[in-house]
Amino acid sequence: MSYLHSIGQYFLMIKEIFRKPTKWSVMRRLVFKDIDDLIINSIGIVSFIAFFVGGVVTIQTALNMTNPLIPKTLVGFATRQSVILEFAPTFISIIMAGKVGSFITSSIGTMRVTEQIDALEVMGINAINYLVFPKFIALMLYPFLISIAMFLGILGGMAACVFGGFASLDDYIAGIQMDFIPFHMLYAFIKTFVFAFLLATIPSYHGFYMTGGALEVGKASTTSFVWTSVAIILLNYILTQMMLS
Amino acid sequence: MIEVNDIHKSFGGSEILKGISTTFEKGKTNLVIGQSGSGKTVFLKTLLGLFTPEKGSISYDGRKYSDLSSDEKSELRAEMGMVFQGSALFDSMTIAENVKFPLRMFTKQSKSEMEDRVNFVLKRVNLDDAHNKLPSEASGGMQKRVAIARAIVNKPKYLFCDEPNSGLDPRTATVIDNLIQEITQEYDITTIINTHDMNSVMEIGEKIVFLKDGLKEWEGSNKNIFKTDNEAVTGFVYSSDLFKRVQKMYLEEDL
Repeated sequence: MSYLHSIGQYFLMIKEIFRKPTKWSVMRRLVFKDIDDLIINSIGIVSFIAFFVGGVVTIQTALNMTNPLIPKTLVGFATRQSVILEFAPTFISIIMAGKVGSFITSSIGTMRVTEQIDALEVMGINAINYLVFPKFIALMLYPFLISIAMFLGILGGMAACVFGGFASLDDYIAGIQMDFIPFHMLYAFIKTFVFAFLLATIPSYHGFYMTGGALEVGKASTTSFVWTSVAIILLNYILTQMMLS
Repeated sequence: MIEVNDIHKSFGGSEILKGISTTFEKGKTNLVIGQSGSGKTVFLKTLLGLFTPEKGSISYDGRKYSDLSSDEKSELRAEMGMVFQGSALFDSMTIAENVKFPLRMFTKQSKSEMEDRVNFVLKRVNLDDAHNKLPSEASGGMQKRVAIARAIVNKPKYLFCDEPNSGLDPRTATVIDNLIQEITQEYDITTIINTHDMNSVMEIGEKIVFLKDGLKEWEGSNKNIFKTDNEAVTGFVYSSDLFKRVQKMYLEEDL
């Protein structure tokens, strides 16, 4: 029963995000601050993980292709497909649920604990719009981050492939250009937009409606990571079934 | 003036406010006192519109809250200033930005007009050299004064304070009490203060409402609280020997 209540409250919160907007002059600063906190500050970790995991994907693919009849170009092809279809949109989103999600939950949760949200509400401000809408807008730039992850994942794969001696540079480049289906990019970016929405709203929900003190802020951050990850994995399955099968 | 008529409020089947009626007058410092758990904070948050009472009504200068539209409620809330127990300053903003915040949200003033008003208000609370500090860099007393400055910057008609001097040393607590009383008279606003600080009761309690178990047990002023024979009030007020001696001295002087 409490799950149903939470789901209902979550959807009511989403409705509230777009109601009674905050003055644009105030909102603009919040949006830029959230772009900095959520997107720009994540570029480093996303680039690092994408580059090295791309390399690992390549190495493991190459090591599992022992049959000499399989062309070497398949290493590049498999890396591209893995990175574009799953690794960049889904794996990076799970990492972002930990990094960005816990930041959102703890910052909003701390505002709740220290009565800053009450202060906003007393002033007649729609606190949900004020706090969540800028995060929602900032995370609409999330596909930009995922594009970097795609590029660096394939680049990392190329470095691992060439320096590890698994295939030549020409074979790898031929592989990443082989049988390219543009719809796969559309599929990946639709997933990215959906995950961006989840990353903005689920952690905000857990921060906004938390009760208690500092200990509960920590608990809410953990819960928010778990539920954001569950929602990402579930929607990943549903979207893949709908769009690719 | 705020008129409260028979308000009831429950949480999870437990009734916290059991039918409180009273009136808070303009230009006076109205104090709500009572033991911890008596319903003071719920009462104050209900007056602020943060909680909706299940029964009863609250009128602000004749405007019945429950009859107002959503926009009218927002307009009314813009006329309220609140000083929270923990100050509730926005961590990411400087002191000046905290004070400027209501002006940015609710007025169309130019940047220079806003800055003039912020300077004036910060000067009024004796904080004219702390503009660029972050709340975390300010002492408890300074944070309370910033919270008062933020509450009055948009010239509110109603000022609510939840235990404004809790956690402060006696000297700073007196400064805060006097500041709130001066502001109340200067701006002719309706001020309601939640407290269980007996110094505040004695110093600035022009009207006192005593709550017990969600009910109004007694109301009066700091002048006649010494003379009451209500056992719940005397048990609360004279729980320390010091205040028993103060009462004795006061009654002897009166005679």
